Amino acid sequence: MTKFTAFESRVAALPVDNVDTDQIIPARFLKTVSKEGLGDQLFFDWRYDAGGSPKPDFVLNTPEAKEARILLAGDNFGCGSSREHAPWALTQYGFRAVISTSFADIFKQNSLKNGLLPIVVPRQVHAELFAMHARDPRMTLRVDLEACTLTLPDGRAVEFPVDPFARRCLLDGVDELGWILQQEAAIAAFEASHAAPINTLGA
Amino acid sequence: MTRPRTIIEKVWDAHLVSEQPGAPALLYIDLHLVHEVTSPQAFDGLRRRGLKVRRPDLTQATVDHGTPTTPRTLPILDQVAAAQVARLEANCREFGIPCFGFLSDKQGVVHVIGPEQGLTQPGMTVVCGDSHTATHGAFGALAFGIGTSEVEMVLATQCLPQRRSKTFKVEVNGALKPGVSAKDIILALIARIGVGGGTGCVIEYCGSTIRALSMEERMTVTNMSIEGGARAGMIAPDNVTYQYLHGRPFAPQGAAWEAALERWRRLPTDEGAAYDKEISIDAAALEPMITFGTNPGMGIPISGAVPDPAAVADPLERETLSKALKYMALEPGKPLLGRPIDVVFVGSCTNGRLADLRAAASVLKGRKVNPRVRMLVVPGSQPVKRQAEAEGLDEIFRAAGAEWREAGCSMCIAMNGDQLEPGQYSVSTSNRNFEGRQGKGGRTLLASPLTAAASAVNGVISDVRTLL
Ligand code: SF4
Repeated sequence: MTKFTAFESRVAALPVDNVDTDQIIPARFLKTVSKEGLGDQLFFDWRYDAGGSPKPDFVLNTPEAKEARILLAGDNFGCGSSREHAPWALTQYGFRAVISTSFADIFKQNSLKNGLLPIVVPRQVHAELFAMHARDPRMTLRVDLEACTLTLPDGRAVEFPVDPFARRCLLDGVDELGWILQQEAAIAAFEASHAAPINTLGA
Repeated sequence: MTRPRTIIEKVWDAHLVSEQPGAPALLYIDLHLVHEVTSPQAFDGLRRRGLKVRRPDLTQATVDHGTPTTPRTLPILDQVAAAQVARLEANCREFGIPCFGFLSDKQGVVHVIGPEQGLTQPGMTVVCGDSHTATHGAFGALAFGIGTSEVEMVLATQCLPQRRSKTFKVEVNGALKPGVSAKDIILALIARIGVGGGTGCVIEYCGSTIRALSMEERMTVTNMSIEGGARAGMIAPDNVTYQYLHGRPFAPQGAAWEAALERWRRLPTDEGAAYDKEISIDAAALEPMITFGTNPGMGIPISGAVPDPAAVADPLERETLSKALKYMALEPGKPLLGRPIDVVFVGSCTNGRLADLRAAASVLKGRKVNPRVRMLVVPGSQPVKRQAEAEGLDEIFRAAGAEWREAGCSMCIAMNGDQLEPGQYSVSTSNRNFEGRQGKGGRTLLASPLTAAASAVNGVISDVRTLL
């Protein structure tokens, strides 16, 4: 995984609550056995009409959102299915952070494992961000994970919470599997003292 | 005296491999269920790193999401789906994992087969690359959905880094009225707490109503914990649980059964244990529930009216509700009862078990599906299908004009060709009504098997109590 560095970017605003992973990447695209091509299918049914042409009123198709690396969305973003295809699609498209008032648990975990930063901001700031964006859709925000701050166009820096362990993994560009593998001794000790309740190989 | 603990904490504590300051806890996983959609990239990861599957004996795979529900004598016609199924079967062979493949007589929806085979047991930790893993919590297991990166971690190490969740007690008391079922309890709960209401929490369902439910009904409740935002939902085991498990292929036997019973009886929450959140529901006041919108929290009693966005104060919430009603083409303030429908789907890991099929059949017996309606009945697994056929349920469905199909996820997720046409309305016993969930442009109304069957008969959204 590449290291997560500070960046500044335009914002794509999606003022909808409870955006579910079926919208982020519709189920019919999950028949793939790889991770390739998912960026093109991101928000497919909101992004394209029945004939496959971009819908001009969908945010990702607006000129202001070109090159946006930050998605600003409504409450409880990423609810629904556990498909990791959702953060894969978002990152392949180019997003590096999503801002909301809350995230669904599994989506948040999946995102952190894929270099996509879920940024939780207070309701007040959230509303302000949408208002600022409505006034200036070309506004930019700066994300600094080292400092855990989001810098607004007016210069204010808003702190956001991140799990310290996930933050370290993102900043160092390492994944958690390596960390678990280092705990071989503890895992082996657990197995030695706990009999397995089942054996799927032996019924 | 140790501090009184909830069942959630007991199962967590019993699976702690390590807990270091500044890092998540490492939790041991007793059962890992695998299916074709969320696993191929995880197996690729193992190959890339040169890792093996640590505990194939704690892992079970099946195919369900993309498999057709047409007769098994036909091959999988969708080449992309066929390749994904073949990939899982090949990965399982390569890594030594047992798999109930496409032609297995044990194949079925991953959350149906675990309990059915006795793999899911009280006090276990269970994971699967699927959010409805919460289902298995009905047995007093701590069971939750994970992403593909986590699938890879569990395959490689049988462990998962986890942060402790908050505990959420949902107490349901009172007797359900006729026509009101487990599905209505959970739809009512989600309508009340919202689709984010359980975020960060594990729910424990308790109370006299939950105790009176069968295991199958309990699974309907825990299954949809995720629709309330909770990763897991648990029900303490009792005699209903033990009776269900006894004699199942993977359940302990003889002396091991007695020892397991002794362990399991210590699992229920201690007197005086504290929860982070609590809510109670009066079961006697519940009506059959149905959803009108595009998330499972948008539910109302069957006789209710579609809510009006104008009455919602929060602008984003109002916008979200308006968008949902526009997609569903429903008018605020109008009742749902009597609205024509096109499709009825009975099946899924929420309501695809024998008890669900029996409920639907009880309404259809001696009646016909309205000619306007296509009704699909999809058993949750091959064993469910065989049992239903042994009882003659398939005959009741066929005689009524419904389609009796092979086991799988089918129109719950519409990956296998079973899907709605754009604009169609379905009453579905599944768990998600997101835009396009049952097919691009399709409109889903979630309800119980009873409500679904009644609506199939009348061709319009119906209150099953008029047919009882
Ligand atoms: S039946 Fe539906 S919800 Fe259940 S595992 Fe299959 S697709 Fe997921």
